Amino acid sequence: MIRFAGVACLARIATAAALAATALAASGAGIAPADRRSGYAMMAPETRRMQDDDAENPGMLWVLDGRPLWTARPAPDAASCAECHGDAETSMKGVAARYPAFDDGAGHPVDLAQRINRCRVLRQRQAPWAGESRELLALEAYVALQSRGVPIAIDAGPRMQPYLRDGRAEFERRRGQLNLACSQCHEDRWGLHLGGSVIPQAHPTAYPIYRLEWQSVGSLRRRLRGCMIAVRSEPYDAEAPQMIDLELYLAWRARGMTFEAPGVRP
Amino acid sequence: MRRRTLLAAGVAAALARRDADATPADVRQAVALIAGSATVRDGRVHVEIAPLVENGNSVPLAVRVDSPMTADDHVKAIHVFVERNPQPFVATFRIGPRAGRAAVSTRIRLADSQSVVALCEASDGSFWQGSASAIVTLAACSEEI
Amino acid sequence: MPGALAHVVPPKARRGEIVEVKTLASHVMETGYRRDINGIAIPRDLVRAMRCTYNGEEVFSAEFHPAMAANPYVAFTTVATESGTLDVEWTGDNGYRATASARLEVE
Repeated sequence: MIRFAGVACLARIATAAALAATALAASGAGIAPADRRSGYAMMAPETRRMQDDDAENPGMLWVLDGRPLWTARPAPDAASCAECHGDAETSMKGVAARYPAFDDGAGHPVDLAQRINRCRVLRQRQAPWAGESRELLALEAYVALQSRGVPIAIDAGPRMQPYLRDGRAEFERRRGQLNLACSQCHEDRWGLHLGGSVIPQAHPTAYPIYRLEWQSVGSLRRRLRGCMIAVRSEPYDAEAPQMIDLELYLAWRARGMTFEAPGVRP
Repeated sequence: MRRRTLLAAGVAAALARRDADATPADVRQAVALIAGSATVRDGRVHVEIAPLVENGNSVPLAVRVDSPMTADDHVKAIHVFVERNPQPFVATFRIGPRAGRAAVSTRIRLADSQSVVALCEASDGSFWQGSASAIVTLAACSEEI
Repeated sequence: MPGALAHVVPPKARRGEIVEVKTLASHVMETGYRRDINGIAIPRDLVRAMRCTYNGEEVFSAEFHPAMAANPYVAFTTVATESGTLDVEWTGDNGYRATASARLEVE
């Protein structure tokens, strides 16, 4: 087993794995339910403490910005979120933990950010917020907070199956110059070190997260694009269907784990 | 106090113009600037930082000073320095007897593995210092192309 | 006004007890050392100072340099003397100013 793997060593893993595995790669065995662990459990104590205390969690600055976005009208003639959905602490409880979810209007699964923007465009008749914009992340953080402590539980019924299948294929597909699949690090080598960092299992239990590397709150899509760039592959566009499929699969893979947004991660 | 702050800013600006990173000598110079002719003694100042830092962008740091924090005997200021960032100054925290304890916590940036030095200015004009060192590594998967 | 948070821990205390004040300000703390994709230095943009008053009297102040992390977090202590408000104010480059308050009940 390779104990330490710097970025330069990823190529060695890739070569070794290429000799051992087929083109579609990966173990396929998955992580046993008893072994599943949030990235939280693999952080240093001082970083965990940053997440645990709302008075210390920088993500709460985005929640602070999100609260008035829920209650304020975006325009004099457009309803606020609160006018349709009431008090977020009641109506949004558990909602973020069910996303990505099938959107009947769109005809396919959407993630929470897309759902917020769909409401914004279709019901509030406003221009959608740009991906990773302060407003979108703030409202997403505020809504996500209302699911803190709730088990992740996405709908895995028949109409979701094709997307889940595609998402799993994405997770196990080799990509990029380093020819690595997500599963090779996050299923086969979680807990080992990549440089000074511990490889997590890649469960989306805490999004949107305040990432110390970004010095900002960001979405799961941003994190996935970052990973793809890191293995030197062409990252999917933020709105690409493959991205949502992957988010969906990751959420299914994390089913039953506790939602902990807004999280802090290295 | 204001004059010292302005002088400190001047030194900071001068150091920032240099292309080289700060060095331990720069920290000693910055400490000397604040302490003036007073002897800086080791002790009483406890610098708490993780020995292996998770991410150099945001490093939790706590500084505690052994002091009764009474009107007659208290800490007036805690100055924090780093040895190997672009320049040595981090922050100055000003407290007094109303604090009850000489203890501040914050988050700092560390560009590289290095020592963090805390200089404490006491009400009787004495200066005390303590330090701790931390190892900083780059994030393994960089998103910057 | 940019976002900022202040919490007193615990928010209810006995007279003479030492409480902790935890503060967070939303700010990028641009060091001035970073370069953009064209190699041009991104201008420095920092929170420079913060101060805290307790029922109007200053109990804490600080000066920041670029080595302070983004979204600066500072926690300090104060002795609970009387019920009232801890008011925190941050100031910085480009006219930056933010405020946050927290109540402290003292019995």
